[in-house]
Amino acid sequence: MSEAHVVLDGVTRVFARAAQEPLHALGPIDLTLKRGEFFAVVGPSGCGKSTLLDAIAGLSVVTDGVVRIDGQAVAGSVPPGVGVVFQDDASFPWLTVEDNIAFGLRRQGVDGAEVARRVADALSLMGLTDFARAYPAQLSGGMRQRVCIARTLVLQPRLILLDEPFGALDQQTRLLMGDELLNLWRKTGATILLITHALDEAAMLSDRVGVMSARPGRFLEIVETRWPRDRDSTIVSSPEFGAAASRLWTLLRAESLKAMQHQARAQTV
Amino acid sequence: MSALEAQRPRAPSWLAGRGFDTAVFAALVLLLWQGAHLWGGEVAMTTPLGTLLFTAKTLASAEFWPHAYATLSAFLIALVIAASSGILIGAVLGFHRLSGEVAEPVLVAIYSIPKVTLYPIILLFFGIGIAAEVAFGALHGIIPVILFTMNAVRNIKPVYIKSARVMRVSGWPLFRTVLLPATLPEVFTGLRVGFSLTLIGTLLSEMFGSKRGIGFVLMQAIGLHNMDVIMSLTFLLVAFAGSVNVLLLAIDHRLHRRA
Repeated sequence: MSEAHVVLDGVTRVFARAAQEPLHALGPIDLTLKRGEFFAVVGPSGCGKSTLLDAIAGLSVVTDGVVRIDGQAVAGSVPPGVGVVFQDDASFPWLTVEDNIAFGLRRQGVDGAEVARRVADALSLMGLTDFARAYPAQLSGGMRQRVCIARTLVLQPRLILLDEPFGALDQQTRLLMGDELLNLWRKTGATILLITHALDEAAMLSDRVGVMSARPGRFLEIVETRWPRDRDSTIVSSPEFGAAASRLWTLLRAESLKAMQHQARAQTV
Repeated sequence: MSALEAQRPRAPSWLAGRGFDTAVFAALVLLLWQGAHLWGGEVAMTTPLGTLLFTAKTLASAEFWPHAYATLSAFLIALVIAASSGILIGAVLGFHRLSGEVAEPVLVAIYSIPKVTLYPIILLFFGIGIAAEVAFGALHGIIPVILFTMNAVRNIKPVYIKSARVMRVSGWPLFRTVLLPATLPEVFTGLRVGFSLTLIGTLLSEMFGSKRGIGFVLMQAIGLHNMDVIMSLTFLLVAFAGSVNVLLLAIDHRLHRRA
């Protein structure tokens, strides 16, 4: 449990801009994710949360510092064993639910019987069995996000990165999806990094919550929740949950104000 | 209330279906057609029945087929050129944002001018014959194919490409399994519009500067005021373009239902 899975060492991202000074979006960030832990990142909008995720997933190159997964430096390409679920609906509309879920397996050349077995497992795990032959256009937003999660899970990633995966869903669906996510986390034993703008979601789901500052994004503090491993969404009614969520908000309030002032100034310039 | 409803005879299924609507529409068209004949007389419009009979005679005649073949071959060559270069140019303009933004207003301008005004230039370039017909047909069809393809490429959701990268798919497989199916519905709509416009362009070219083809025969018949020929050729063209379009539209709807 305490073994390091992902290590960020001085990770910094600066975007070059035409005819403007470079934009310092992120870092330097030092962070260690322990194997099998559930880590959430919260922060004011525009603080570089998604930039952080892109850097860990190898979707973008960092300006300075290094990301190591299992001791291997991530260098501009997605390392094996990493799965990402995005906020935008990424289900492919031209494929049925089962073909969507099988997509990654087929591209990796896994044999047909194995694909069928793993897709059937993922379908039942995500409650999608009755919709295997449906197209995403026939499903609700929450169901489509489940398809994307299933598509990630069949590849059996050891590290799952989620970028505001429930951002587009209503509150009730979000809480229930949170329960499902906790279930998956326990079943798979994967390390999870969840990026979210919902403080309650972060406080309810994770072992630790990293609170980021306004741009350039750095960790202000990492809050430990000390929930039991078999927690679920009912903890939102406990006093400890209230304390954790209010601690996060206290930390974030000043930063969110700063971020809003930044944006207001950028608009008046 | 429910007892009454149970007694009421139900409409048979053929009355409720699409087939019934189509039949009603066809009957109305025939009725109007016959009415136009009664009102305008034989010099303005032949009867539906007369047209059908003459069409059958035309199809059986030896002179008709070389002209039909000429039109069809010019049209098909023009369509292949419009579709292939349209998709290619559209894809380049879609992927290269700046070029796309520069080209778009120009293309829209060309799309909206009557291409007949360019006909003298085409004729000077290619001379009277199949080359001009193909060029004029392709000129009509290529613009919508470019515009639809360009927008299809621009509108690919970035998250599709990101997801594919995360699943370690890139290069040719990325193109084949993500980019192609993601753009297919819009590109197909472009091809459907391109089909109709290419046919119009080819026929126009035959009407104004050609010695063969359906358009040429049609123009001759107009000069001689031969209503039978005019009506039966028009009927054949409408039947051809109409049925192909119904087919393409059905595929188009099928593709778009998923998107």
